[in-house]
Amino acid sequence: MANFETPEIKEYPTIPLIKEGVMAHSKPFISKDAFQQPLGFPGELLDNWQDVAIEKMGEMLGKYRGLQVFLDSCVKCGACTDKCHYFLGTSDPKNMPVARQDLLRKVYRRYFTFAGKYFPKLVGAVDMTKEVLDDWYSYFHQCSQCRRCSVYCPYGIDTAEISMAAREIMDAVGVGQKYCNEIIAKVYKIGNNLGLPEPALRDTLEGLEEDVLEDTGVAVKYPLDVKGADILLVTPSADFFAEPHVDGLIGYGKVFHAAGASWTISSHASEAANFGMFIGSYENMRKVALRIREAALDLGVKRIIFGECGHAWRVAYSFLNTLAGPFDFLDPRYPVPQHICEYTYDLLKRGALTMDKSANDHMRLTFHDSCNVARASRMGDLPGGQFVIPREVIKASCNHFYDMNADTIHEGTFCCGGGGGLLTDDLMEIRVKGALPRMSALKQVVEEHGVTHLAAICAICKSQFSKVMPYYGFQMSQIVSVHQLVSNAIVLNDKQ
Amino acid sequence: MGIEVNGKTLEVDEEGYLADLNQWEPGVADIMAKLDDTTLTDAHWEVINFLREYYEEYQIAPAVRVLTKAIGKKLGADKGNSKYLYELFPYGPAKQACKYAGLPKPTGCV
Repeated sequence: MANFETPEIKEYPTIPLIKEGVMAHSKPFISKDAFQQPLGFPGELLDNWQDVAIEKMGEMLGKYRGLQVFLDSCVKCGACTDKCHYFLGTSDPKNMPVARQDLLRKVYRRYFTFAGKYFPKLVGAVDMTKEVLDDWYSYFHQCSQCRRCSVYCPYGIDTAEISMAAREIMDAVGVGQKYCNEIIAKVYKIGNNLGLPEPALRDTLEGLEEDVLEDTGVAVKYPLDVKGADILLVTPSADFFAEPHVDGLIGYGKVFHAAGASWTISSHASEAANFGMFIGSYENMRKVALRIREAALDLGVKRIIFGECGHAWRVAYSFLNTLAGPFDFLDPRYPVPQHICEYTYDLLKRGALTMDKSANDHMRLTFHDSCNVARASRMGDLPGGQFVIPREVIKASCNHFYDMNADTIHEGTFCCGGGGGLLTDDLMEIRVKGALPRMSALKQVVEEHGVTHLAAICAICKSQFSKVMPYYGFQMSQIVSVHQLVSNAIVLNDKQ
Repeated sequence: MGIEVNGKTLEVDEEGYLADLNQWEPGVADIMAKLDDTTLTDAHWEVINFLREYYEEYQIAPAVRVLTKAIGKKLGADKGNSKYLYELFPYGPAKQACKYAGLPKPTGCV
């Protein structure tokens, strides 16, 4: 495989001894001019980049009040140091959340605080140099913005906000990350992260209809661009393309069919993901989100439902209304937006779906809480619904479900290792190492309960696990979509 | 960066994908495979040719499921699955096979 050592899964989770600088070499490919321009960023490092960086930081401190609070309030208590999966997997002390934050904080102090301006050495303030910028590029791309550290921070400092701010400053000076920026440019041009044009999307969906008809004898439809449909489904484009994602999409279609719902996918908004969040760019996040509004208006739908995508659900649940609202043209009887799990759960509760759990008897399941769903949103109308609802959907679909260790689920969940814009081959080492805590927790339930499969509701998690599980002795096929389980268990009959 | 194919130097990106799709010729796939310590067989070529045909029509690589179905139809049901494709292309059919076929890398959460 690749040129690094996969960390060893220990019997008990351990805090590693620090190894300074072991991940300093890790950095993603730099974005080219062609991917920078469509996002409004300079194509290469500006000559006066220091001035631009400081000016940008000043602008953000004025705009985002939280950022300044986070930069001012850290007391170096150390509660976050052993909470980051990237620190636990790499031993690099700069991956302790406080140390990673300090890469930006020390520059903030130098230019924006009295003590830092006049007595920099006393307060650890440093100039914005090329070495600092290089360190930022390396280590702010070793944060998946999962916010686990924030749960344990007594001040509630949100490391993700700091990573996002650093990435936005880097974009502003012309040092963007290829993976994220190429993808956002593709959304503007074609409508989704993959670059899947409408004819290919239509062909793919027709193929699914044939497959489901062949498998079940039922003509389940996967409609595209149907004007006047009730529900607009917005789902990650990985659901059209990759495995096990597509098995989840097949499941959504079966649920809609069983409910007798009128629904459609849009080729204009054929992407739930919004990488504008990963790069901390409000403008780009808004531009991507507006496509959903445009599609909803154009198709005249009454409701918007999101498929299985972690950060998309954060953007949808927490920001959609301010980014792209108001959604007063939708049916006010339904929440805007809804999660597909919430929709399926509601049908299950009302007894509207017939489930044959034994269809999943070949699997023993556990559930991976995706960070953006767990820590940055909610689901349904009950506190903790984002934990309860996906699990209830799984339990309604199978006979064997076992949760992983309590420290590694719900709001304490560990990132898959590939979130926050790091799901790219050029970052494989950090992805594999960052998966260590999740893989350790998985191994425990495999040994104690004979768990065979890990279910998830995030496209990034699914792709990440299918790629990194083989490094830890698991198989790539051991990761499944939650609606794949629903798809296996749901009993369809054509009277519906 | 570039690769040498039949005396010509063709530009590739950081990950070894051909910069210009139109410069592709079968020799490109052979050279790329050689760089990965692989030798291409007829089985590889079935996949590469299908990818190129699909791309010609749709300007995108086929979804994994579309690919497995097409290969299954051509070569028999036992080969129409991702396990078979991963045996041929251990770095993933979507990425490694696309690279050999001269297509751009599929991007996104895949």
